[in-house]
Amino acid sequence: MKSPAFDYARPTTLPEAVSLLTSCEGEAKLLAGGQSLVPLLAFRLAAPTLLVDLNSLSELRYIRIEDDGVRLGAMVRWRQIEDDARLARAHPLLVTALKHVAHYQIRNRGTIGGSLAHADPAAELPGIVVTCEAEIMAIGAAGQRRISAADFFLGPLTTALKPEEIIVELHLPPWPAQRRWGFEEFSRRRGDFALAAAALYYDVLPDGKACNSHVGVMGVGDRPQRLAQVEAMLNGRLIDGDTIAQAEHAAAAAVNPADDIHASAAYRRALVGTLVGRALKRAAT
Amino acid sequence: MSIPVRFEVNGKRVAIEVEPRLTLADCLRHHLRLTGTHVGCEHGVCGACTVLVDGDAVRACLMLAVQADGAKVVTIEGLSHDAHLTPLQAAFRRHHALQCGFCTPGMITTAHALLSQEPHCDAARVREVLSGNLCRCTGYVAIVEAVLAARADYQKNNGPGA
Repeated sequence: MKSPAFDYARPTTLPEAVSLLTSCEGEAKLLAGGQSLVPLLAFRLAAPTLLVDLNSLSELRYIRIEDDGVRLGAMVRWRQIEDDARLARAHPLLVTALKHVAHYQIRNRGTIGGSLAHADPAAELPGIVVTCEAEIMAIGAAGQRRISAADFFLGPLTTALKPEEIIVELHLPPWPAQRRWGFEEFSRRRGDFALAAAALYYDVLPDGKACNSHVGVMGVGDRPQRLAQVEAMLNGRLIDGDTIAQAEHAAAAAVNPADDIHASAAYRRALVGTLVGRALKRAAT
Repeated sequence: MSIPVRFEVNGKRVAIEVEPRLTLADCLRHHLRLTGTHVGCEHGVCGACTVLVDGDAVRACLMLAVQADGAKVVTIEGLSHDAHLTPLQAAFRRHHALQCGFCTPGMITTAHALLSQEPHCDAARVREVLSGNLCRCTGYVAIVEAVLAARADYQKNNGPGA
């Protein structure tokens, strides 16, 4: 359980970090909070020649709440989000979901950029990012680019980032105060990865019917996914008991989980239905 | 590759050269001979290696020693005295909050960070925070009671310190 040997650099500017990455031709890894990467090193599932430590880039630690949404610098730690009282109003779904992320000690170190780049299919932040159609800003030798959440997660621990690119910012679209939302997760122990989780929101038309429904699930596929069938079913309807029961069935039918050591496929499928139902109930009340 | 690192451990300045792959936990135990920090799982699951870095509880097996450069690190040794038990230690003894003792350094460092930052935390919060520390002997009930009992001392004069 000791990491393979690697070199180490702690750049103090972003361009320096990019050039370090570029010079290693894909053999370097970025170290943000280290809460996922260091275990991968300990298990020798990763063996980079160079670790580029981003912890001196304090310019990536900002939380900005603006008219066009919430902007989080890539090195924002979970603890910072927890401690920022403004976010509960600016993005309640994000704040509620992130309460489920990991344990106390890990929350003091783990970063949002690290979670996105790690791309665990059961992780909360990637699920929220996909559900909310957020954008991820990355910088590389060729300059900056925006990557939409739908295009970012390609599979387990796999993203659209190029080897020499660094995530610099997460941008979540604005959150209307009247929006209805819910987040539900089930894990064996609080703070562990979800066996399954559901994040959803919708806006309400003057006649009380739902529109702009977004329903995302985590832990039931190779990446977080939205359930288009459930969203289509919810739009234009009152979110009452009947609708919620139908949405539960539709959600369970829409996912295709696999058996694994933690739960059978049938269990996870049923769980997704239950969690979507509970999240909708919470959203509607 | 060896890198010079300077930091503070339990109030003493340390300057050493380490390999980048050395974790803070191994650095404390093997290089600085502070073996009170226990290493259980070595991949961030068990919480036994919890230390304080600049006042926050962190897993020392998930931090590289080179990353401690410039930081103030406090280990279980820094939270005890030879002459008397601290309020937290006394509460652990009074409530039988340990058996084999392997997890105890991580429990004490974690509880100390929590009570220093949130001296009025309730039982639910204590349980949530300690869910990151595995104990296979006690069943947690006694540990939660001990931490709750120690709150009074942390509420006075901004905490008892160590």
